[in-house]
Amino acid sequence: MIQVENLYKKFGKNEVLSGLDLSIEEGGIFAVLGPNGSGKTTLIKSILGMVVPNKGNISVGGISIKKNWKYRKNIDYLPQIANFPGNLKVKELIRMIKDLRQMPSKEEELIELFKLEPFLNKKLSTLSGGTKQKVNIVLTFMFDCPLLILDEPTTGLDPASLIHLKKLLQKEKSKGKTILVTSHIMQFVAEVADTVIYLLEGKIYFKGTIDTLMEKTQQTDLEHAIAAIATTPNHA
Amino acid sequence: MLKILKYSFYDLIRSRWSYVYFLFYLILGFVLLFLNNDVSKAVITLMNIIIILVPLIGTIFGVMYYYNSKEFTELLLAQPVKRSSIFFGQYLGVAGSLTMSLVLGLGIPFVLYGLFKSDAIFDFSLLLVTGAFLTLIFTALSFNIALANENKIKGFGYAVLIWLFLAVIYDGLFLMSLIIFKEYPLDSFSLAATMFNPIDLSRTLILLKLDISALLGYTGAVFKQFFGTHQGLFMSMLMLILWTVLPIWRLVHKAKQKDF
Repeated sequence: MIQVENLYKKFGKNEVLSGLDLSIEEGGIFAVLGPNGSGKTTLIKSILGMVVPNKGNISVGGISIKKNWKYRKNIDYLPQIANFPGNLKVKELIRMIKDLRQMPSKEEELIELFKLEPFLNKKLSTLSGGTKQKVNIVLTFMFDCPLLILDEPTTGLDPASLIHLKKLLQKEKSKGKTILVTSHIMQFVAEVADTVIYLLEGKIYFKGTIDTLMEKTQQTDLEHAIAAIATTPNHA
Repeated sequence: MLKILKYSFYDLIRSRWSYVYFLFYLILGFVLLFLNNDVSKAVITLMNIIIILVPLIGTIFGVMYYYNSKEFTELLLAQPVKRSSIFFGQYLGVAGSLTMSLVLGLGIPFVLYGLFKSDAIFDFSLLLVTGAFLTLIFTALSFNIALANENKIKGFGYAVLIWLFLAVIYDGLFLMSLIIFKEYPLDSFSLAATMFNPIDLSRTLILLKLDISALLGYTGAVFKQFFGTHQGLFMSMLMLILWTVLPIWRLVHKAKQKDF
């Protein structure tokens, strides 16, 4: 589904990605993990074409993304910080994104699921962080794209919404979609992810299932395994 | 791109500032006509105002809109939309709504006054065309500045500086160099110096059309002598188009390389 080859990206003097190679197969939930500043968001934004890499190739669905924008039709993206134009109403924002994408959407059931009806006519600047994140989730899940990219989807969510989100993820996965998630909440990762991709110093340090990771680090829970991984020699 | 343009345009049309800008020109138009009672004179007064004010508003609005719509831009970048369309669409939305305020705000009082019966119609339309060009040019310049500066305060500072430089300081420097180098032939120098400033260029263009020798000044006289009225008009128009196209091209080019 996604092929990343020899990806380099520098922001000023700060080298964030240094020769990253990654291949993500079709279907399943992939968790991209790593310490703060390890390049998770940069990697995701490079795949989306929001960050222009210094070197390297990325292809999505077998098509190189360089000078291409049409491939984004097949991607639903949930940004890390829900920054929306504040002067728009929730309803207007949803309508606008629908108008831009021109695809069948199922926003009604999602609005109902996350109980967003009372907010539909409110301006985005007046919403709380958690509500904004719910709007963000609705905007991401309302289309039916084969690739989902979620950057910290759990931020600000209450427990009930978190459960809904997990169910949604499982539902999308069962449709055979590829889902890329970043998160710092290991409990969430342990519950949803099939494969863990661990980023360190701009490279892939580990890629494999959660069980392999536990075995390798000889830990019993994911949180400790992730904390221990950087100190474990001979990586994948 | 048309969709982006549509959303930016509606967004601006709904904002209070476009109305303030529109009303300002409307009132200005009415006041000038009824105080002067002469369309030609009103055109000259308007020229002096437009030449300073339009660039200022274009610059401030451009920078403000770019920074305010940062979230909107980031949202769009993840959608299946071409990057150049996003920025070009937003630019056209700002420049378009500003131009509309200008043209309607000044146009309505003049039409009501009986512009179509007067000979000043060409002078007046040239004034509006120049105003539109200045809006396009300075909005494009301000978008360039905003794109290059993440820091809002810096962006605002540079944008105002560029306006101040082109509207005020440039003329001072120009005049000073004319005095200092008065021993030398300065025709081609002043010609080039005028071309490099869209505000001076617009002034010369309108004055050439109005054919008022007294107001033409040194540069205007050189312009007229060098090109003749028609060729002079043509040349200055061409330069204005270049002044518009180059910053827009740079904007689209730079936007393609930027990280978000």
